[in-house]
Amino acid sequence: MKLTELIKKKNFVVTSEIGPPKGWQVEHHLDEAKKYFAGIVDAVNVTDNQSSVMRFGSLATCHMLKDRGMEPVFQVTCRDRNRLALQSDILSAAGLGIENLLLLTGDHPKLGDHPGSKPVFDLDSVSLTHAVRQMESGVDLAGNKLDGDPPKFCKGAVVSPCAEPLEPQLMKMEKKINAGTEFFQTQAVYEPEKFARFMEKIKGWNVPVLVGIVILKSVGMAKFMNENVAGVFVPDPLIEELRKDKEKTKSGQTGVEIAARLIKEMKSMCQGVHIMPLGWDQHVPAILDAAGL
Amino acid sequence: MFILETKPKEELEKLLKPGVCVIKCIGCREISLPEEKIEELLKNLELDAKDVLAVDYLCNADFTKSRLLKYKSEIDKCNSILVFSCGVGLQVLAGMLEEKSAVQGLNTIYISGRGLAPSDYDCDQCGECLLNLTGGICPVTQCSKGLLNGPCGGAKNGKCEISKDLDCAWEKIYKKLEASGRLDSYFRKMKVRDYSKALAKPKQPV
Ligand code: SF4
Ligand code: SF4
Repeated sequence: MKLTELIKKKNFVVTSEIGPPKGWQVEHHLDEAKKYFAGIVDAVNVTDNQSSVMRFGSLATCHMLKDRGMEPVFQVTCRDRNRLALQSDILSAAGLGIENLLLLTGDHPKLGDHPGSKPVFDLDSVSLTHAVRQMESGVDLAGNKLDGDPPKFCKGAVVSPCAEPLEPQLMKMEKKINAGTEFFQTQAVYEPEKFARFMEKIKGWNVPVLVGIVILKSVGMAKFMNENVAGVFVPDPLIEELRKDKEKTKSGQTGVEIAARLIKEMKSMCQGVHIMPLGWDQHVPAILDAAGL
Repeated sequence: MFILETKPKEELEKLLKPGVCVIKCIGCREISLPEEKIEELLKNLELDAKDVLAVDYLCNADFTKSRLLKYKSEIDKCNSILVFSCGVGLQVLAGMLEEKSAVQGLNTIYISGRGLAPSDYDCDQCGECLLNLTGGICPVTQCSKGLLNGPCGGAKNGKCEISKDLDCAWEKIYKKLEASGRLDSYFRKMKVRDYSKALAKPKQPV
């Protein structure tokens, strides 16, 4: 089912995500997703060569999730495909019954495991969204007519509510909405006050927002994100909390508590939550439980 | 060998305010500046351009700095500056102007060598020069992904996601447009690059 329809039905939706493996044997990952997500998560994003590291494909994984009764969100980046390949894959997704897309520009290949590869970026998140909307109207990006019924998707995109400066992010967000974006999932948020200000600023746009939660695994991870990850700031008190009880942090309990607390604080401000477990899938049920979802 | 084409009248009309000063870069004229087309365009634009300044090698920052001093009174009193140069020339000039914006009148399709004078700026000869929308900062060559629709979201502390030594071009563009009150000009439009324009380059040096 389309995420926008789910949001209408449920008021508050929960999505999570999986990253396909660097190899072809995905069964184990799909079993894990089924075990920890089925029944408690409304949809599961599948990352697309995340962090520019070559992996098993997002489209195939989405298809396999669907076969197992889960609702996939097909993440599509512009890093390694030109407009022909992108549109072709998106048509293929329609043929496989995939309804939700998350359209992204994508990381630069220099950050990944093939730093010498050609950065494509023929389109970007905005023009890709526009291309999908074109296809939904029955023609491709170049205006050529599609055979048969046009595909119908629910088109998502990302935004960084805690980025500094925020204004360029808002401008880009507006461009995405104008191009056809119907929902947003956000970069990880650790500062509910900043998120509240962001939501206040975008009030007039009436677009559903799923706040992004990344489970904090260690002090090192928090510091690394503060240094290196765009738009993410873990405040000192949270780092202190992770430092206080090493065993508890290692077991995942501290990360679960912080994530649940953040969700509780921000639940009333937005239309859903997007939990990025980064391999800690087993903790997702406990977070949702503690957050009262 | 240069291939430069004049921009459509409609694109320029929207950007120019009455009281235009025209700057033509004749540094490489012996090679090719579409002089006749420029005259025709100026006539069609019905500009009452009193000041038509010919300068050479806008791409050379030292030359351009001294020309800006020499023509200070013309530039101070005009409301818009219309420039006919390659992409590098306009970037050098735009980098030196604070409030006034320089409007590019040409699309750079092919330049052998990147401006004849060594420069900090680069032009990829995209054939549909975007500098008029981006405050004179080239997103094709200065953004690591060559993005045309705004920042990718990967910048941290103003630096590009691929290197802490590189400024994020889109944050610079944002600041420049904000400072000159032109944010609207860019962010309303969605742009898809037309690579067939760049393919108009000759395969062999002529
Ligand atoms: S926008 Fe295109 S023509 Fe203009 S300077 Fe950049 S690459 Fe050159
Ligand atoms: S960080 Fe800025 S310069 Fe770097 S790729 Fe993204 S938008 Fe372009």
